Amino acid sequence: MDWGSLFTNAAYEIISPTTAAYALAAMGLAVHFGYTGLLNFGQAGFMAVGAYGFAISTLTFGFPWWAALLTGIAASVVLALILGIPTLRLRADYLAIVTIAAAEIVRLLFTTNTFAAVTGSAAGLSGYKTSWQAMNPIPAGNYNIGPWVRDHNEVWLLIVAWGLVGLAALLIWLLMRSPWGRVIKGIREDEDAVRALGKNVYSYKMQSLVLGGAMGAFAGMVFVLPRSVQPGNFQPTLTFFIYAILLLGGAATIFGPIIGSMIFWTLLSIFSGFTARAVEIGWLPFMTSLQAGQVRFILVGIALMVIVIYRPQGIFGSKKELAFVKQ
Amino acid sequence: MSNSDMQTKTTAKPVKATDLHVGGPEDMLPGVPKRDPIVVATNITRTFGGLKAVDVESLQIPRNAITALIGPNGAGKTTLFNLLTGFDKPDTGDWALNGKSLKGVPAFKVARMGQVRTFQLTKALGMMTVMDNMLLGAQNQTGEGFFQAIIPSMWRKQEDDITERALDLLERFKLVKLKDDYAASLSGGQRKLLEMARALMCRPELVMLDEPMAGVNPALTQSLLSHIIDLKSEGMTVLFVEHDMQMVKHIADWVVVMAEGRVVAEGDPKTVMRNQAVIDAYLGSNHGKDLGTDTDTVNTMKELLDDQR
Repeated sequence: MDWGSLFTNAAYEIISPTTAAYALAAMGLAVHFGYTGLLNFGQAGFMAVGAYGFAISTLTFGFPWWAALLTGIAASVVLALILGIPTLRLRADYLAIVTIAAAEIVRLLFTTNTFAAVTGSAAGLSGYKTSWQAMNPIPAGNYNIGPWVRDHNEVWLLIVAWGLVGLAALLIWLLMRSPWGRVIKGIREDEDAVRALGKNVYSYKMQSLVLGGAMGAFAGMVFVLPRSVQPGNFQPTLTFFIYAILLLGGAATIFGPIIGSMIFWTLLSIFSGFTARAVEIGWLPFMTSLQAGQVRFILVGIALMVIVIYRPQGIFGSKKELAFVKQ
Repeated sequence: MSNSDMQTKTTAKPVKATDLHVGGPEDMLPGVPKRDPIVVATNITRTFGGLKAVDVESLQIPRNAITALIGPNGAGKTTLFNLLTGFDKPDTGDWALNGKSLKGVPAFKVARMGQVRTFQLTKALGMMTVMDNMLLGAQNQTGEGFFQAIIPSMWRKQEDDITERALDLLERFKLVKLKDDYAASLSGGQRKLLEMARALMCRPELVMLDEPMAGVNPALTQSLLSHIIDLKSEGMTVLFVEHDMQMVKHIADWVVVMAEGRVVAEGDPKTVMRNQAVIDAYLGSNHGKDLGTDTDTVNTMKELLDDQR
């Protein structure tokens, strides 16, 4: 077995644009769930409107990349408002139900044939990257990044994607150490207590929903830049993977979602590389190569369970916080 | 708290506010107008299903006095609290703080207007430090705006000021050593103290305490009592719900008795404890029921009645 390329491929997942996209989405969820206590189960929906907002505005309306980006963000803000206005006054679990349903509605609207001319239906969209690639300041060619060779488009995307992750981390850090963050964390603990202290809880929850949703939209755009827009990519499982990443890293932490995403993708790559090769050389005679492709999710699931059982506060979470959970 | 400290506080008789209502002793009837009311409520009703939980025709809370709201379980005390503070909406009625109507005003605005409450089940924010709990109480913070929050220089100065004020309050409430601990690590009594101190960070005019003594050990009770009396001497008005008759008698200037959603009696503590309607409300509601849970209250009540005769 070629262990070298197995681990080189896996190691690239630490910096791959997809890892950055998942990290961004998980940071949005950290704002929602970790800091504010909002149970958003529709992060895939925010990613979908970001991705489709970017692609459709480019393809259908001919927007340049920056206008397309703003459209994607605006779409996520609108989605956050639509979800938040009726549900944020209700108990927390209602938001969970509404968001998971809304994310599915969004996905199905993009899948249905009725709007195929705009959305590409199940086939999805591609060819929206021209304006984005045209503004790439890096000269065309192949570049060595450590042991990996990547072309100028990928290098450009890596810079932008991780730059966004850095900016998002900085923003969350600034916000959560401020009095604004104090109100947000107070709402997570007990919103009635915060209300009794004269804070407009509804408004803060809305701000949090919009902020985390916009991060989801950025994540959606970064996610579709190295590939095409496919409605099948935005299934509820996407949201659950992002929750797994968040809990792995630590829900109310800055670096948790980033490191969580790196670990998640590296594990996924190691398991898929290993099972695919193992089936190829006959180590797993009871399995077809098709099954091998699926088994990685089982193994990742087990790995995540082990981590969550033995380190339930996540990698960056404080053990102290957990000491009181049972009280 | 040291022992000697406790003793002085036990023996010190709080100065009672008197002459709060309009008229003489014979006018101490439910709904009697006050000379200087801070809260005026009229015709407040709230039904849950078929049950009329609150049905208060008229209630006025006297300013700069300690008013106790007492009554048997299920009398509607907490419901009335929720209604007055905007945490629940009444079916009918109007009520005002300092002459400004609070009808339809959301809870957070009621708090901003100077009417701050605590909860029966303490709501300390467990995963936040004691200090963060306190700072959350301060009003008009620039740094609580989303965009201002990003620029620390815009709120640093204010943050230092309120931190100083929080430290003063924590000192008074003997929580200053715990300021960096998570609120969840505090004992039940300490949480009650924290909640009260946090409410004071809002600089309230009217403090509404829902069962401030429930589940607090006797040592802390004394400290809590003295804090409540201090509030009055600092010019605040206190309205509190309590079951402990001794305590009510000790610190309250005015007592409002509720039973089955109505105000059945009000007056100064001595007068109220002699009132037949009150005796009926407390004892009558327990006829044919297991007295086990409420025996203490009943016994205290009986002792009090004996004292008065």
